[in-house]
Amino acid sequence: MKARVTVTLKSGILDPQGKAIEGALRSLGVAGVGSVRQGKVFDIEVEGSDRVQAEAALKDAAERLLANTVIENYRIEVLG
Amino acid sequence: MRSAVVVFPGINRERDMARTLRLVSGREPAMVWHADTALPAGTDLVVIPGGFSYGDYLRCGAIAARAPIMDAVRTHAAAGGLVLGVCNGFQILCESGLLPGVLMRNATLRFICKDVYLRVERSDTPFTRGYNAGQVIRVPTAHGEGNYVADEPTIERLEGEGRVAFRYVGPDGTLDPRWNVNGATHAIAGVLNEGGNVLGLMPHPENHVEASVGPTDGRGLFAGLTQHFAKVA
Repeated sequence: MKARVTVTLKSGILDPQGKAIEGALRSLGVAGVGSVRQGKVFDIEVEGSDRVQAEAALKDAAERLLANTVIENYRIEVLG
Repeated sequence: MRSAVVVFPGINRERDMARTLRLVSGREPAMVWHADTALPAGTDLVVIPGGFSYGDYLRCGAIAARAPIMDAVRTHAAAGGLVLGVCNGFQILCESGLLPGVLMRNATLRFICKDVYLRVERSDTPFTRGYNAGQVIRVPTAHGEGNYVADEPTIERLEGEGRVAFRYVGPDGTLDPRWNVNGATHAIAGVLNEGGNVLGLMPHPENHVEASVGPTDGRGLFAGLTQHFAKVA
């Protein structure tokens, strides 16, 4: 099964990289960019076909390694 | 003082650290590989040196913090053993949960490689007993992610419990944003854990210990640790 874990910075955490990208988009003249926050996407191939089991494994992966929950949130999607 | 330096792939300051430990404590440290599961028997001090463990992949220190040896380091710390993390070592200690908070990209977005001034906030810890409280020391720093961040209750707790060991200041000891090189919350350069037996700091005191290569302000940290264990023994 294909799955995706998306890790984003919690609100209130400064994101200097996002700010720099935001500035670069403005200087490129891209219209309508309000603000940019940078995050990470992990595309994961999960063995087996049990969605519940897959979600549990991905939650474990996100909590223990993929996200630092002090500063980041994560979202799990099992894409099937 | 029996010290052990933990070596991860991509670490590059372990030999500077080992040299300093040998020079100041008079005893050769053990070099411990990340895949090992135990520290040498009788280890007093575990040091996690600087560098770029695992190429800083995912987040600085994230992968090293989950290496097999870290369980032994956690056990050592839980039993009151001393742990020192410098630079990437500080990042690894934060990622491993031994210290609170996280080290984010420098506010300037630039890698900083220069000497900084630190104010020693307290002298009643094994790590800082070689200094006076309020003393300003000059030590080198070299990092891209040293901007210390934690949520407000954590920062309040750190401040309230006197767990900020070092702060970025000017040469005269005053706080000013221009001396806070990486934009760290409250200019925090080094923090202690709850028990006061785990210290992480971004700058490199191990690189300022010999008069032949410059200032020797970093020596006090290692001399203090050596004295601490001489007294204990």
